[in-house]
This record gives sequence, C-alpha cells and structure tokens, in this order.
Amino acid sequence: MSALFTNKTQAIFWNNNVKAIQRMLDYDYICGREKPSVSAIVHATSENSFQKFFFGVREVLVPIYKSTKDAVDAQPEADTFLNFASFRTAYDVTMEALEFPSLKTLMITAEGIPERLAQEINIQAKKLGRTIIGPATVGAITPGCFKVANIGGSIDNIVKTKLHKIGSVGLVTRSGGLFNELANIISIKANGLAEGVAIGGDRFPGSSYLDHMLRMEKNPDVKFMVLLGEVGGSDEYDIIEAKKSGQLTKPIIGWCIGTVGQYFQGPVQFGHAGANANQDKEKASIKNEEMKKAGIRVPKNFNNLPELIEAIYHRLLAEGTIDKETSKNVPNLPEDYTAAINAGKIRKETNFICTISDDRGAEANYAGVPISQLAMPDTGYNIGDVISLLWFKKRFPKWTSDFIESVIKTVADHGPAVSGAHNARVSARAGKDLISSLCSGILTIGPKFGGAIDGAAKYFKYALDNNLDPREFVADMKKKNIPIPGIGHRIKSVRNPDKRVEELKRYAKEYFPSCELLKYAEKVEQVTTAKKDTLILNVDGTIGVLMVDMWRNNGYSETEIDELIRSGTLNAFFVIGRTIGFIGHILDEKRLNMPLYRHQFDDILYDVKEAEELAPVTN
Amino acid sequence: MAQREIREITGKSILKGNWETFFGDKWSYDFNSVLITKKDDIQAVQKTHPWLQKKGLVVKPDMLFGKRGKNGLVYIKNTTIGDVTATEAKQWIDSKSEIEIELLSGAKGELTHFLIEPFIPHEQKNEYYLAAKTEKDIDILYISGLGGVDVEENWDKTAEINIPLLATKEEIVALISKNIPSEIEDKQTVSDFAARFYSFFKTLHFSYLELNPVVFSGTAVHVLDMVARIDDTAGFLQAKNWGDVDYPTAFGMTALTQEEKDIKTMDENSGASLKLTLLNQEGRVWTLVAGGGASVVYADTIADLCGINEMANYGEYSGNPSTEETFEYTKRVLDLMTRKKDRKNRAKILLIGGAIANFTDVAKTFNGIIQALDAYQERCRDIGIKIYVRRGGPNYKIGLENLKKAAISFGLPIEVYGPETHITEIVKLSLTEQN
Repeated sequence: MSALFTNKTQAIFWNNNVKAIQRMLDYDYICGREKPSVSAIVHATSENSFQKFFFGVREVLVPIYKSTKDAVDAQPEADTFLNFASFRTAYDVTMEALEFPSLKTLMITAEGIPERLAQEINIQAKKLGRTIIGPATVGAITPGCFKVANIGGSIDNIVKTKLHKIGSVGLVTRSGGLFNELANIISIKANGLAEGVAIGGDRFPGSSYLDHMLRMEKNPDVKFMVLLGEVGGSDEYDIIEAKKSGQLTKPIIGWCIGTVGQYFQGPVQFGHAGANANQDKEKASIKNEEMKKAGIRVPKNFNNLPELIEAIYHRLLAEGTIDKETSKNVPNLPEDYTAAINAGKIRKETNFICTISDDRGAEANYAGVPISQLAMPDTGYNIGDVISLLWFKKRFPKWTSDFIESVIKTVADHGPAVSGAHNARVSARAGKDLISSLCSGILTIGPKFGGAIDGAAKYFKYALDNNLDPREFVADMKKKNIPIPGIGHRIKSVRNPDKRVEELKRYAKEYFPSCELLKYAEKVEQVTTAKKDTLILNVDGTIGVLMVDMWRNNGYSETEIDELIRSGTLNAFFVIGRTIGFIGHILDEKRLNMPLYRHQFDDILYDVKEAEELAPVTN
Repeated sequence: MAQREIREITGKSILKGNWETFFGDKWSYDFNSVLITKKDDIQAVQKTHPWLQKKGLVVKPDMLFGKRGKNGLVYIKNTTIGDVTATEAKQWIDSKSEIEIELLSGAKGELTHFLIEPFIPHEQKNEYYLAAKTEKDIDILYISGLGGVDVEENWDKTAEINIPLLATKEEIVALISKNIPSEIEDKQTVSDFAARFYSFFKTLHFSYLELNPVVFSGTAVHVLDMVARIDDTAGFLQAKNWGDVDYPTAFGMTALTQEEKDIKTMDENSGASLKLTLLNQEGRVWTLVAGGGASVVYADTIADLCGINEMANYGEYSGNPSTEETFEYTKRVLDLMTRKKDRKNRAKILLIGGAIANFTDVAKTFNGIIQALDAYQERCRDIGIKIYVRRGGPNYKIGLENLKKAAISFGLPIEVYGPETHITEIVKLSLTEQN
C-alpha cells in the first residue's frame, strides 16, 4: 500500500478559495508535477465557468462547476474531494460528495461541525469505504506529490522543511498549527516526511491516528513514525494496542500535548474541541506513560522531542534502513506580484492619478477630510462643503458653501415642460429604467438648455476684464450677432421680477465680501431692459456672474477662474441641482404608470415631398 | 468549543420548551424551578412564581457540580422534611453565598447561583435513573430502577444499552425493552419514557444528559435532578429549541478579571481567536502565544521546567487578528504582568511564542505587540522583565528584527529566535539563564 496521495492525484475543490488553490498549484509546480492537482472547483454561486491560476510562469484554467455532481461527471479521474465549505454547510456538502464512488478521499476543513453530524458523516463514509480527513484540519501531504490547500505554509517554508521531496518519517497529529512545527523539527533532525496527516481537533475525527498509521506501516517509504497526540479522547490507546499486538512494527515516537492539564481541577479546555480530559485515562501524562509501556518511544517532555527524532533517525541511517539523504532541485517559482510589491522588491508605474479622495484607510475621505467629520447635521457642514472638497479640494468659508447649496436648491426643478424634464418623462413612459431616463434628461443639458450659466460667466467676465462699458459690451455682442447669455426671460420682466434672482442677489450683496461682476451685470441689464423689459438678468446669468464673484472672493486668480469656466464647472452646478428634479419627474411617471407617449399628428407640420418611384435594383 | 456543561435550570428549561414534542401526549411536566442569587428579592420572585408561596421547597446550588447532597448543600428541611418556606430558602441562600467553601472533590470556590424547586414527596422505590451519552460510534443509554443518590453503589443494576447511531425508532424501542432492568416493575412506562428521553437527547444535540432521580406520579413527571452537557457547535441548528443558553464557568474557577472579560468580549466579536486565562497573578512566567496547539506546548513546558506555580497565564491569539486586536490583547497581558515586582525580585519573563505560521504575516502581528510594549515600557522597566521570542512563518525575519529593535529602544532586554530553534526552547533558555 502506498501513501494517501500520489503525484497523479487529482482533486475537486469545493469553494473557490483562490489563494489556497494557487498554493496547491505552486506546490505542484515546485514538485515537478506534470499536471496541476486541482482539476475542478465547485462554486454554486459563481458566474464564471473557470478560474485562472498560475502553474509556474504560465496560466492555466481550472473549470468551475455549479454542483459537485457536475464536477464529478466532468472530472471522473479526480478521487480527492477538498471540502472548504463553512461549518453550516460542510455536512450537506460532504454527504452529497459521499454519493459519488469516484471520490475516495474527502477532506473537511470546517471547524465547529456539530458532533452528531460529524458522527453521521463518519458512519456513512465507513460504510462506503471512503477516507475522511477532518473536520477542523489543515489536511494532509505526501511530500513531492500532493498537498491539501494550506498545509505546510509558504513555499519558502515548504522547501526549508523538505516537504517538496519524499523523506522517511510518517507524521500524524491532531493539531494543524503544530503540524508545520513537527515537519520543521523532522526536517532538521531527520530527512523529512514520507507522509503527514493532521486528523483535526474535533472530538470525532473522520479518520483516526490508527487508520493512518496502519497505512504508513504498509507504506515502504515510511521508516519510522511520529505521533503527536493530545489530552482528551482515547484514540492513542488504539495505537498502544496495535503496537502491543504487533500490527505496528515500525519504530514510533509518541507524545501527547496537554500534560499541563493534570495540574488543573475541573475540565480546563486547552485548545481543541477534542482536548478535554473527562477521565484519568484521557489525561496526556497518563497516555504518555501508557505509550511508553507499550514500547513507543516517548520523550521526557515536548522540548526533548527533537533529540529523540534525531536519535532514531541516525540509528536507522546507521542500520541502512534509511538511505543517505539526497537533494532535489527546486524549480524557481516566480514571485507573486503582490508579494513582491509588498516586499518592496519591484515597482510599478500607475495608470491613474486621483487627488480628490482616498478610500484605502480606516475611513474613506473627501480631500483628506474623513466622511464622518462632515456627514451629520451636527457637524455643521452641508452639501456645499462636500462639493467644495470634491470639486475644488478646498474648504470654503460658510458663506460660500451656503451659496453653493442655495444654487443647487434654486435650480433643482423648473416644471415638467422644460426640455430636459420632458425628455426624462418621455423616456420613463417608454418603460426605461431610472438611470436611462435620467440620462436622457441630463443629455439634454447643453448650450441652449441650462448651459447659459457657463456663457454668462464667460462673456460678462470677459467684458469686465477688458473694461468694456456696459453699452459697449451690448453693442459688441449685437455686432457679433450673439445673444448675451444670461439675459432675457420668456415672461419675467422688470415689473414682474424673477423671485429666485432677487433672492440670490440679496444673499450675495449681504454675504459676499464683494460682488463686482454682479454689479456690472446689473448695469448691462439696465441697458438691455431699456430696449425690451423682458431682457432682464435671468437666473442662469445671475448664477454665472455670482460664481465668478464667489471664486474671486476666495482668492482664485483670473486664469484659474477662466479654466473653471472652460472645463464646464458652472454647468456642473446646474446638472447636480436639476438631477434632483429629473429624478422627481421620473419617479412621478413610474408612480402614475402612464402609457408610452406618442406625439400627436396635429402638432406636427408634415412637410415631406413625394419622391419619384425607385427604380428596381440591378446587380 | 464543543461539549459544554449547562446549569440544571437551563437543561430543565430546554426540557420544558420541547416537552410537547417528545412527551406531551402522555405525560406532563410542570417545570417549577427558579434560579436565585443573593441579590434577588424573593418577594418579587414569588409574584412571578406563585408556587413558591404554597409548597415546601428544596434549595441547592446550580453551579455545574454534582454530589450536592453528599456535600451537605441540599436544603430540604427546617425541622421536618419539606417544611422550607421561601423566606427560609432565601435566608439559607444568603448564608451560603459569597463565602469560600470546599467540596469533597477538593474544589474550592464561592457559591452564587441556587435552584429552588418544590419538595416532591415520593417513595425511594419510585426513583429512576436515566442517562445518555454519546461516544465515537454509539450512544449509550443508562436505565436504573435504583435512582437517587446511591445509584453508583448499585451500578451493577444499571442497564447499559448501546444504541447504534443510525438505529431506527423501532430498533431503539426493541433494544430498550429487551434490556430494561428486572427490578423495574412498570417496565412499559419506563421503556416508553426512556425511548422518548433518548430521542430528546439525540435530536437536541445533547452530549450528556442525566435525570437522577426522575419520578413518575400518574401522568406527572418530576425531574428531581438533572445534569446536562450540550454540543455548542450545534447552536446554529438548535437556536429555537434551546432558547437562550449561557455557559457558566466551572465552580472553583475564580471569577474573571476585567482583563479576561475584555478579551472574552473581543473574542466573541472577532473572526480571530483571542483567549486569556489568568492562572496566577504572582507567577513569574507570562506568555503571549500565537496558536492553540502552540499555547498548550508552552504551558506543558513551563509546568514541566519550573512548576505550575510560576505559570502566570494561559492563552492564545490566532486566526489572523488585526494589529489593533493584537495590541489590545498584549496590553491586557502586560497590564496584569506589571502590577507588582516579582516576589523574589527576579526579572519577570515574557515569552512571545508561536509555531511556524502558515500564512499569517508575522511582522504585521508583531506590530501590535510592539505598540503595546511601547505603551507599557515604563512599567516594564520598573518591575524588570526579560523578553524571549520564538516564531516562524511569512516575514518572520523582519518581524523578529522589528521587535528586537523596538524592545532595545524601550530599554527592555530581549532575545529573538526563528524556526531553527525548537518552539519551546525559549522556555528552557529563559529559565536557565541568570536573570
């Protein structure tokens, strides 16, 4: 009988545990396996049908199946099932996997499977002649051939502890944490493992020390065995009996950890679920005593275990039972990109730059200000401050952020008839989702709808910067045949002023340190309203010129302001504000559930000339 | 965790909560039981439990230890059996509370929680013993017609019935009726009840359940005493059937210190595992160990090399704790450690140990330890400590280097070792060196 695994062993991995699977493939690679050891992944909720992994330098695809059955059907050669389900589902996953005869060895990693369920798994497995490893384990390894998931640790450690090549020692432990440690001792004091199994810390492990040690007895590569037992349970007595009866003849070194338990009254839980001595014979010190009596080699204490391993190894080496150790070449495993970056070994050019926010720390921030410092009302900060930080990377004075917020509130909506809102409503009635309908509204914003803010800021600023007299400016625009952006309203007039404009102007005059461009625009307005009384400074114009005043008062240079205007920043205020209104219109349509809108014929002048009859197409 | 012992009151409350499902068609169970501590107002409790006013009462501690009768801790009579009133019961509880007592087993501790139930007059011949436990491949059901305090003396009269785990209901019933002890007169009643008891035990994931004695009086069932252990990993399946379950610490284990409570809370709220038990505040050797298995071998080795009395704490951190968690954990250990100088004026020993980590970034976890040492450096210097470190795994070299540099900058003597040194060797090194 050979080891638990060979270098041909193929596994189905239940759960797409990418890191653990990659570690298995890395191990396969350094061991010189021809094929990766994981042939399939089972992941019920996966949307992909494969997962990429590295096998050395090249990449390979491992198929993902929705169910164990699909995986087994597609990969009949896989005989090992690695169950990485949580403690809640591990039982169901295992019971299902037991239905497939091709899966001979099933490993369960979950810790905290109810004992009743573990017992059922074990009985079922025994009945069907399958091997269970676990629950609550890191698994098993046959050096040079196959390892389960994370056992053995990093590749560095694996090579250092000789787990990449076959040695002479069979190791069985309960603890996974100490498995590596024992493998380490055995690599220092002897020539490494021939096989190793951590059976897991639960009270009812699926396979016992004895199951594995009987196999190791028959495995010619194993020359001697190391058993690391624990306080609690009585499985070590099976080994004692097997040693006494001659079933186990190879030298065995045994030690039960938890000897400290004898000093404590009452059941003290040391470490594992199974590590609880209910009776004297379950105590570590008693078990160590009994092992010794049966002819198992037992060190004086755990600290002396290495010496004993060394002694047995050298004896067997001298006797010729163990051959002289040879070294094995290890192919160079390319370093993982992330690991190399973290270790500062390589560097990488970035493709993006972000200067406004950072989500990498304990709390995401806006321009360096943690969100919690401004999110709640009692912080005193409003949406204007958030915009200031994310758009301008500045904390503006309160009068500024209040102004920004006032602008947003002012432009939030202007009824269903304006083109943007109309488009949004028509799209919503066409059954489009919120985002599509909103896009249709927003995409309407431009030079003629909402865009006058930009234009107003641009032209008024230009005029004032160049010291144009208001009359001169109006005449100049007339000459160029450009209507002055921000001037004129459909119904509002000097006698019937726009309340929104009145309020914005009042606020600016009261709270802005100065508002020169507004004053200039008002002079322009006097000129234009003298011609026609609806040619007032409208809400777009007011916002446009006040934004320029706002930036000037916050210390922005003229070039900076020109740049802001050019990049469309002013329109952005309109977009933010009006999005609120558009969403309102869309939600309104969704509530009303009106049918698809079709424009009426009688509202369209059809002026299409009759075409000449088309000649037939000839080839 | 795994099998946990629960209070009698909790066990009985689970029994009552599931009575209808398992026994209700044939028997009734009144569950007149109440848990009382010294600070409870008995008058108030009487209002919610009116039976306390009427009947003679029985009082006993409910603190996970048995043989309460033999320890003289069952209060059943003032002058004659069954005459105890609620007020007298409370007086007795107060008189037994908060003083150290020693049990026949040698365990010492203070009594805090008591169970009050009505006294049920009955004849000893009607006392039955029923118990069940689970083993690797079988469950064992125990039935005796000689229940009560002397069941152990008559153990040979107890039927021990091995039930295969996959046995069907019919097989179980057959096994029980075939093996029912001959002393039992009403075999029909007892086998029927035993079969249902076993089903209750198994379905609700008990690991051990003992009724001793249980008394039948017509269709009424009186459970005079109960011992129960449940498999707490089944909590996610049994939340509804179990109701609220608390797991008290065993009698004789001293109440938790604030530091232990803090760590327990952290452990419960974290994906990582954080455990701390203070064994002896006066101990010289303190440990900060990563990993459950490693923590056991360190404890073994300390006990072996310098005796249990020098071992100050037991504990472990594992499962990839954050830097913050490691910091908080270490702080608590250092706080306990640096309250007093060593009684023989030696330097105290801090062992920062662990096996070779699989994938935990050792350098990262050490950062939390370094921060805590920084915060406690003055106190550490004042009482005098020496640090020994042993660890392996990813980035262990950087981790050891950082820790060494930090300790030296804090003026704390330190020695660091990697995987080439045996895991517990630092215990030996720390104890043999002249400090």
